[in-house]
Amino acid sequence: MDVAIVGIGIHPFGRTPSRSGLQQGAYASRLALQDAGIEWRDIEFAFGGSVSAGSADALVNELGLTGIPFINVANGCATGGSSLISAFNAIKSGQYDIGMVAGFDKHDRGAFNADPEALGIGQWYGETGLMMTTQFFAMKIQKYMHDHGISTDTLARVSEKAFINGSKNPNAWRREPLGVEEIADSMMVNDPLTKFMFCSPSEGAVSLVLCRADHATRYTDTPVYLKAATLKSRRFGSFEVFAPSQALEQADGPTVDAARAAFEMAGVGPRDIDVLQLQDTEAGAEIMHMAENGFCEHGEQEALIRAGATHIGGAMPVNTDGGCLANGEPIGASGLRQVYENVLQLRGQAGGHQVPGDPQLAYTHVYGAPGISAVTILQK
Amino acid sequence: MTRQVPIAEGLFTWPAARPALLASRCKKCGVASFPAAQSCMACSSQDVAPEELPGRGTLWTWTIQRFMPKTPYRSNETPETFKPYGVGYLELPGGVRVEGRLTENDPAKLHIGMEMDVVFAPYRTEDNGDEVISFFFQPVA
Repeated sequence: MDVAIVGIGIHPFGRTPSRSGLQQGAYASRLALQDAGIEWRDIEFAFGGSVSAGSADALVNELGLTGIPFINVANGCATGGSSLISAFNAIKSGQYDIGMVAGFDKHDRGAFNADPEALGIGQWYGETGLMMTTQFFAMKIQKYMHDHGISTDTLARVSEKAFINGSKNPNAWRREPLGVEEIADSMMVNDPLTKFMFCSPSEGAVSLVLCRADHATRYTDTPVYLKAATLKSRRFGSFEVFAPSQALEQADGPTVDAARAAFEMAGVGPRDIDVLQLQDTEAGAEIMHMAENGFCEHGEQEALIRAGATHIGGAMPVNTDGGCLANGEPIGASGLRQVYENVLQLRGQAGGHQVPGDPQLAYTHVYGAPGISAVTILQK
Repeated sequence: MTRQVPIAEGLFTWPAARPALLASRCKKCGVASFPAAQSCMACSSQDVAPEELPGRGTLWTWTIQRFMPKTPYRSNETPETFKPYGVGYLELPGGVRVEGRLTENDPAKLHIGMEMDVVFAPYRTEDNGDEVISFFFQPVA
């Protein structure tokens, strides 16, 4: 049984002091139901997640107590992707016909302060100032630039493109385009990454209505099919966030594994994809993830980005809604934002950030602590 | 007299004439882990033995931490006295790449591949006067 996405809803990303994270989740869920033309009581099951804004299943207090199984999902940056995989499998198995996936969050300002002991690392690691995701991304891109000839100018161009796309997306947080020089010359945070090369924790919510594919046209004229949804954790030897040590022998990271599994499941390859949403926790991550997901060889990004290939209208449009850089990262909602954007793109409803040429296949990728990655492939 | 205590038990030998970082090495597959672990991350064997890591290696990658981290960061600094610090992975021959703070925070003086020594020095002072010792990576003079 194939699975279709027939309803999508989003609460604008950024900061909304007047609404709790849960209320933003309810807002997005009502929009998704409305988009599918159904009521909450028609939903048979739900999976949802939030890291900092309470229990996702409390959404039933806002939406109505209908007795459905609502399962809370907690899987770091892959929370949304994990909810989606769970819903995908619940429908594929034939257990349910229609359900919802919800993700929302509301984080404090400033970098995340993770607890080492929750990840099985000693307190000394946090006490001495090593428990910082920003450091990991900086050290990974520093090594990558050294090995593959990527320039700091290219880092700034990734952010420049993100803010251009964000300026075209009414739901984005940062909607002011910034010049390459302004980005490169902004405050250095973790060398070689400046303030405008990092995304920030933020707020927002996304909900999706999924159903069995043969029922899809009951709810929409523009169903989008979920051809693959995969999740992988790190293997021994990959270079990951929150690692007090690394093996001398290097292995591919979970992104490479999740991408391979997704392409195999969907029966397509990177060249078939028309629009991509890649984890851009910082500008360097987008560059590295282009190659790790199989869309180019390591080092080719320098020329591709310089030539504008990743812009809307380029050969491989990346993060057409502005990505994490322009939307911030409400962890529970972030991966689902990518799917929301791809559904808009495949329906031809993305407005000012619409990719030209009637895109048929779209790709999403998240990566996060402590070394997990989730990928989806959507087809019109 | 000031008492010197290690920041964590079992992280490095202390007190010792020549302190060293402590790893565990798997007797089955030969892979080393830092900090020492009860089992092997590569093959899941529990047949592991403690081992002292070499005191000199090469810098594999690095960055500078320019803003003061929130808790669980615990130094004696305040936002006013905070000084940016270097962070890097040091590749120790035959062992692992260990992450640690660098004694150098000037990016112009850091480059991938440079030789560094593992050194042990006071990191903070507790309310009772104890000096907490941690490990750092220092460019070879």
